[in-house]
Amino acid sequence: MSPELRRRETISGYLFLLPSLIFFIGFVVVPMVMCVVTSFFDANMDLNTPDKFIWFNNYIELWQDPVFLKALKNTFIIVVVSVPFTCIFSLWVASAIYKMREGLLSFFRIVFYLPVVTGSVAVTVVWKWMYNNYYGIFNYLLKNTGVISKNINWLGNPQYALWCIILILLTTSVGQPIVLYVSALSNVDNSLVEAAEVDGATNMQVFWRIKWPQIMPTTLYILIITTINSFQCFALIQLLTSGGPNYATETVMYYIYYTAFKLYRFGYGNAMGVILAIFIGILSAVQFRLAREK
Amino acid sequence: MSKDNGSSVVYKIFSFVVLIVLAFLFIFPLYWIITGMFKPPAAINSPTPQWWPHEFTMRNITELFSRRTAPLFGEIALRVPGAIRWMVNTVFMAVMAMILTCITAAMAGYALAKKRFIGRTLLFSLIVAAMALPKQVILVPLVREISALGLYDNIWAVILPTVGWPFGVFLMKQFSEGIPGEMIEAARIDGASELGTFTNVVVPMIKPGIGALAIFTFINSWNDYFLQLIMLTSNSNLTISLGIATMQAENSTDFGLIMAGAALAAVPIIIVFLLFQKYFTKGITMGAVKG
Repeated sequence: MSPELRRRETISGYLFLLPSLIFFIGFVVVPMVMCVVTSFFDANMDLNTPDKFIWFNNYIELWQDPVFLKALKNTFIIVVVSVPFTCIFSLWVASAIYKMREGLLSFFRIVFYLPVVTGSVAVTVVWKWMYNNYYGIFNYLLKNTGVISKNINWLGNPQYALWCIILILLTTSVGQPIVLYVSALSNVDNSLVEAAEVDGATNMQVFWRIKWPQIMPTTLYILIITTINSFQCFALIQLLTSGGPNYATETVMYYIYYTAFKLYRFGYGNAMGVILAIFIGILSAVQFRLAREK
Repeated sequence: MSKDNGSSVVYKIFSFVVLIVLAFLFIFPLYWIITGMFKPPAAINSPTPQWWPHEFTMRNITELFSRRTAPLFGEIALRVPGAIRWMVNTVFMAVMAMILTCITAAMAGYALAKKRFIGRTLLFSLIVAAMALPKQVILVPLVREISALGLYDNIWAVILPTVGWPFGVFLMKQFSEGIPGEMIEAARIDGASELGTFTNVVVPMIKPGIGALAIFTFINSWNDYFLQLIMLTSNSNLTISLGIATMQAENSTDFGLIMAGAALAAVPIIIVFLLFQKYFTKGITMGAVKG
């Protein structure tokens, strides 16, 4: 490429990028930097009072804050339960449906995506009704089948509340992985599968030896997006339990929201945001490594 | 599974039955919203659920449209029920976010895929890295930035950050990779301007990609509750999700009213999804970062 052409390409390239870059820098990069910077300040929402630089005090306080530690623990429970479950569930559904006729395949794909499209608020309010102590169908069904003898206040009970949240989260998480797995499975090289079958390989062997390595990149991507989504679990908590009872459903994302917008401790909330981003970064890197080694 | 021996047929039947049961469970919440919307309070506040409403009532819907009145749009004198104003806001937000995202992302994606300029690799890595960040964490500091810009509690506060999210650029780059370089070269030799090449050669070729991004952005913007919650406060600026959440906080036991609101929030977006689901599926699969 001649220097003249290269110069022209660079100028036109950046001109095409400009509109997008303005938004990207203005509403992603700047807040990202601000998040890190304000985490070292004692800052509130009020723009007129100057922020006070307090070094690492927000971070030090975090590790002594029992609510944050509880939130961290709950968030890890959510991630550890929902990520593997979502992956296995969606892989199973995808492998059961990907060879179906187009119409049937679309039907199942749509059905499992439905809770995502319905939107977190609509989904959450109907589950709130279903979990209700007096009028909910869960208590009705479980009592009539003899599983429980008296009504359980599902969301008001520290023993069950987090699991109730995880159940809803699962129904809203599998839609996208199923779509991705269906497409990955239908792109598996068929000649390899046929050759293996001629050689007498069982279905299980065909799956683990041939299909699994080929859908590995998809699995990795699904692991990462599911992890990020589980870490960000917010609407369910805010609308159902507000972190209660007795912090049983407090998650990091909800606690960030609470400290920043209810307690107006902006710097403290951002310090938590930085910690959350670091955790997600480490987890993504580990998953990436593991997937690469295999 | 080519070898149809006995056990694999049994497994197939078994898995189909499980799938049907699961499908039923996944549809049920939506079914419960829509039937709940027509149930009278006596049926809703009863420990024995009515699987199908014994009698249909419009009470919940009239109740929904009799609360929290606001101007139809802007500050005009014509006042309408809050739910209608929230719908106007939501459609405006989702359409604006969609148009702006499609234009900026199509241009940027094309540049990243087809132009060889200094800093391209670096920029692209930055975009991919940003996508791995927890989006909600960025939105918290964004509230102060938006306030400084004087946009707090303004519908644009929920449009602009959506446009900035780099997923669209990534998706459009994936689609633009498929354009043959000779076509762009030919247009240049014919003396077409850069912008002319883009609109006449590139855009027609990435139309399916733009369709996918449009529907994707529309649905995501419609349902981005966290962003709406932290940016919008006054009654006439709420979105439908936010409005329903507010109503829910005020009347937490009137499940009939809340189901009517949930239906209003969910049904339009589900219809949009069903109409364009082919594009949508394509967008999800093309947008996957291959490891």
